[in-house]
Amino acid sequence: MSQQEILAGLAQIVNEIAGVPVGDITLDKNFVDDLDVDSLSMVEIATAAEDQFGVRIPDEDLKDLKTVGDAVSYIEKAGVAA
Amino acid sequence: MRTDTSLRHSRIVGLGEHRPAGSLTNDDLAGRGLDTTDEWIRTRTGIVSRHVAAADESVVSMGIDAAAKALAAAGLSGADVDLVVLATCTMRNAIPGGAARIASGIDAPGVGAFDVNAACGGFCYALSVASDAIRTGSATRAVVVGSEKLTDWLDWSDRGTCILFGDGAAAAIVEAADEPGIGPVAWGSDGDAYASVGVPDGDWAIRMDGPAVFRWATTQLAPVARRACELAGVGVGDLRAFVPHQANARIVDALARALKLPDHVVVAHDIATTGNTSAASVPLALSSLVNTGAVGSGDLALLLAFGAGLTYAGQVVRVP
Repeated sequence: MSQQEILAGLAQIVNEIAGVPVGDITLDKNFVDDLDVDSLSMVEIATAAEDQFGVRIPDEDLKDLKTVGDAVSYIEKAGVAA
Repeated sequence: MRTDTSLRHSRIVGLGEHRPAGSLTNDDLAGRGLDTTDEWIRTRTGIVSRHVAAADESVVSMGIDAAAKALAAAGLSGADVDLVVLATCTMRNAIPGGAARIASGIDAPGVGAFDVNAACGGFCYALSVASDAIRTGSATRAVVVGSEKLTDWLDWSDRGTCILFGDGAAAAIVEAADEPGIGPVAWGSDGDAYASVGVPDGDWAIRMDGPAVFRWATTQLAPVARRACELAGVGVGDLRAFVPHQANARIVDALARALKLPDHVVVAHDIATTGNTSAASVPLALSSLVNTGAVGSGDLALLLAFGAGLTYAGQVVRVP
């Protein structure tokens, strides 16, 4: 799956869970500071992303995913590993 | 040797609650110097205020008051009871349990009495045990109490936990019935994750890994709720109410979404003014739905309790 496809899928998830407009969700955005996504929504986004992309995103790794780009790279690598 | 092999049905015939007069708002907590705000707590937990027991209110005294009110609601007295089960995890001392004192306090001295500690999962465990005791003939009428004084176990400088919990008690009277009124329990546990919530070794206050518990609750428990419905032969469309443990409004909402409940199913949100009262939360929330007229006698309610252990249990009940 390409980075663009992962971003599109992740943007859809973030939109559904946190109500952030899809157009605002770009690789450089920080989840907390730019998109106002709180820690519980991050957990929901992670579990939804796990289902959609077939990857595992444990809490200890989730803490390090600060930007949308971090999350996309993580899913890309985890997807390859899987 | 002989046993009674003819299983009876069981039902709830009365509910009672004790909400301490004292309360703390989110602003009260922020005013105490805790680094938090009303807005932060509301958006992450759905909690606006929580009840706090007075120094002379205990797990036992609150349990007695709730049990007495439940008996009165059912038109019964202590003399009509032969079993008391107390679900709690916040007795000041591990020994003795509180159920026997509650039995004495409601003028039912000498009856069977014991405590169940399944933390926030406790009420649905206790209800199942009491129901089975009645169904098998070990008891004829039981008082099932959930009572907690969590504020005895809170570190008021730990903003990740002290904002969540409150005190209170609620009770249900369970007796034999001609028709099923308490469905089979769906229960289980995950001891490998015990450290995610509880009082750690060497500590004295409740600590919690919030994201871990949140992830567990929002991903693992909807199937338990569905199983409780299947065991009772009830579809979610047959329910009038969903009464999950009031740990966090975001968990309540996530569970309701996952279960795809139809619009006519009322979802309990007692947490807003009650906080997380552990084993008292499910019966307090059910009692609130009854008292506000949101559910009526004979309606089906899906109960789902879960918490430290980790433990979980759920069953479908008919509202008294």
